[in-house]
Amino acid sequence: MTDATLNPSADAPRKGSLHAQDARTTRRNRAEARFKAYGITAIVIGLLFLVVLVTSIIRSGAPAFTHTVVKVDFSISQAQLDEAEGQLFKTKAYQTLFVNALKAQLDEKGLEGVTFDEAAIERLLGKVGSTIREYYAANPDQVDQDVSFELSASSRVDRYFNGELTRDAVEDSRFLMKTDLDLADALAEAGIITSAFNWNFITGADSGVDNPGGAGIGASVVGSFFMMLVVLFLSLPIGVAASIYLEEFAPQNRFTDLIEVNISNLAAVPSIVFGILGLAVFIQFMHLPQSAPLVGGLVLTLMTLPTIIISTRASLKAVPPSIRDAALGVGASKMQAVFHHVLPLAMPGILTGTIIGLAQALGETAPLLLIGMVGFVARGYPDGFVAGFTEPNSAMPAQIYTWAARADASFYEKAWGGIIILMAFLLTMNIIAILLRRKFERRW
Amino acid sequence: MPLFWLVMIVFAIAAFGYVMGRQRALRSAGGDSRQLHSLPAYYGSNSALKALVPALLLLVAWLLIQPLYVSSAVSGMIPESDIADNSSRGLMMSEVRRAAEGLDNAVAAGLMTEDEARNARADFTDVTARLKDAGQIVTSQITQPILRAAQHYRILNATGNMIMSVLVILVALAGCVLGLRETHFEFRARNVVEKGILVLLMAAGSIAILTTIGIILSLVFNTIEFFRLYPAWDFFTGLNWAPSFSGRGGSSDLGIIPLLWGTFYISIVALAVAVPIGLFSAIYLSEYAGPRVRSFAKPLLEVLAGIPTIVYGLFALLTVGPLLVSVFGKDGLGWMQAGTAVMTAGLVMGIMLIPFVSSLSDDIINAVPQAMRDGSYGLGATKSETIRQVVLPAALPGIVGAILLAASRAIGETMIVVLGAGAAARLSLNPFEAMTTVTAKIVSQLTGDADFASPEALVAFALGMTLFVITLGLNVFALYIVRKYREQYE
Repeated sequence: MTDATLNPSADAPRKGSLHAQDARTTRRNRAEARFKAYGITAIVIGLLFLVVLVTSIIRSGAPAFTHTVVKVDFSISQAQLDEAEGQLFKTKAYQTLFVNALKAQLDEKGLEGVTFDEAAIERLLGKVGSTIREYYAANPDQVDQDVSFELSASSRVDRYFNGELTRDAVEDSRFLMKTDLDLADALAEAGIITSAFNWNFITGADSGVDNPGGAGIGASVVGSFFMMLVVLFLSLPIGVAASIYLEEFAPQNRFTDLIEVNISNLAAVPSIVFGILGLAVFIQFMHLPQSAPLVGGLVLTLMTLPTIIISTRASLKAVPPSIRDAALGVGASKMQAVFHHVLPLAMPGILTGTIIGLAQALGETAPLLLIGMVGFVARGYPDGFVAGFTEPNSAMPAQIYTWAARADASFYEKAWGGIIILMAFLLTMNIIAILLRRKFERRW
Repeated sequence: MPLFWLVMIVFAIAAFGYVMGRQRALRSAGGDSRQLHSLPAYYGSNSALKALVPALLLLVAWLLIQPLYVSSAVSGMIPESDIADNSSRGLMMSEVRRAAEGLDNAVAAGLMTEDEARNARADFTDVTARLKDAGQIVTSQITQPILRAAQHYRILNATGNMIMSVLVILVALAGCVLGLRETHFEFRARNVVEKGILVLLMAAGSIAILTTIGIILSLVFNTIEFFRLYPAWDFFTGLNWAPSFSGRGGSSDLGIIPLLWGTFYISIVALAVAVPIGLFSAIYLSEYAGPRVRSFAKPLLEVLAGIPTIVYGLFALLTVGPLLVSVFGKDGLGWMQAGTAVMTAGLVMGIMLIPFVSSLSDDIINAVPQAMRDGSYGLGATKSETIRQVVLPAALPGIVGAILLAASRAIGETMIVVLGAGAAARLSLNPFEAMTTVTAKIVSQLTGDADFASPEALVAFALGMTLFVITLGLNVFALYIVRKYREQYE
């Protein structure tokens, strides 16, 4: 006799078919589908953010790489040159010559209707006269020759052709008049205004606050490079040495525990605190030069050390003990076993970790703000190798911040462009790290 | 002598020691390396290390101590009566330093002879004008005591540098000679060298401790200095943040409460974005997703963590801010005045923290033993019921730890709030208003032109100390929870 017969109501026989779901199962299945959908939504949102971020970087940054140039064929005779040099306002004389040349060129293209004055040219192209004068002073042999000048247009004209500045938004000012846009359109139609790749942005130095068009990121790339040199040459040896000590030699005692606790805490200290440390110790106490890549490098070294130590220890740990035992077995000392066998085998992992740590350091901004690398106008390249470390310079992220903080909206485009270059460096470093790992990673 | 060359000379001596040590060892064994106790390279390394390490240590110590000694010696030369009312000894000293630098550069440029630079008197020759002509930046009129102090400063530094160069080279030579004298075929070079290397490795390990000590000391000393000028009670309980850079002392309100409020508000918004998205992503990736989805979605999400914070800051300032204004601003709902607001910064910071929450939670969910899931399935639970009622409760402590770590990141984040949150310190509940945070104010107080001795600049160190203590507490607590949880299932 079974319980079922005794108590038939306890487990009521199933009503309906097994193939049809009852209400409760339907509800549970729906809850299941809903839960899964939440997960998918979360991932899609996360990836969407990534896509939006990347597209907005590329869309806003791409214009920084092109600039509008005005191409004018120009020639000057020795007589004209002498006459211009003889005048009181020399650059003004050159400017008049330039305007005449431009007018002639427009006439040639059959655009006689366009009228403009010298002030308009100045608004569109900046001080043309001095550019031309400098050119002939530097290249006296070009006199009487046909020279094609490529002059970059002002940042507002740039933005007009990019579509960021609409005709309706323009208010007449000493920077730009509505009539200038007619002139610009006519010049563009004649093929005199064209768009060209802006090499100056990649190789040039920062400009003052009044000249967004001439700003370049080259000098701060050099600053970042010297900083990374400092980080590499300090954090790699120190990080590897510390990891070897902790992983291979350190006895189990309080001192070792203290080091380990310190490393894990330093990895989570906000980066701005490292900036405070750099300011107080390196600049206030040791009187190292402000805004120097050397100081930036030292601060970033302290910041990246925990990252490098953690990854180095992981790759040292991954080397199987049999390698050490074999080395010790043939008579190597402990030190020889580590340096001759374990370290070379762990090297790919260490390099990968170091590159990722360097990439992190390259993009870090907050500590650099405090040691004075921001707001500094890096007007040129350092003079030499030693000067590269000690002379004030900017760094890529600091330069981007400086541009973003400037009042003129034309600098925002430069900031985005700078970000594209920064991200290109980071991407390259990360790809190198991944390739290294793929090629050399060994599974024991 | 420039430092660069000094270091090069020391390295050259070490290299010489290496070559000589090796040769000498081989010679003492009659050219038969089997007679040696250690490999020949160890004898060379012995001499090289003995030349290099003490000399470089001396160099570093000297470089640290000399500026301190010179400053204290020179600052004693400025009589108390010459310090103007609106100045301080620190300011006078920086003027002295600038004047000395100006003299150095003038001599280097050939505008002044060494003799003139040493003996010029401010009242007879117009030093200020001459330095300015030479393109040096010297602030005000250089007075006689300052000039004298600057001249003394130069002389002390010059002699100090000379003594340092000589001593460092002598120490390097002595070490090298000592190493070479020891070199003999019976000398246990390997043991000595390995012991030395071990000490060096240990020293490298201690740099972590030194960094922490450096952080704590630089924060503590300046914070104490700040509390001497500004009452600690007012700092911790003040409801108003209004530093003034014009007046001196007493005119600034430096209350931390509005800054802490801004910090926590922005962090809460950020976590409200990051935790649901991060957690659900982690659940989906670890429980539902097949290996193919996982292999592309996980690295892509982690790309978000590798993007520098300056990029997020710019994204907040130039993309998210204007977007929010167009929805919530004057043309939309009318809640928002400008692009910089708690919402802007919080939203972008939330995006930054998604991978942080998701990878940590992913690890923790994966660490829950499969047997627990299998038991739940065996009882007839669906997948989502298993996750909600078995996996998540088991992983909860670890997930809380992950969220706390993310919170500590949010509190310490600088660039996003500097660019996206605004500059006004405000106690308000409206998330569409601009507020500011502890980190943003550290930046703005220390990047201005204020001198380091004023309370307006020193307050940054007190803010840094508060930030350090809060984040350290959060980290230690979070790591404790995560570790305790991991041990449970291992």
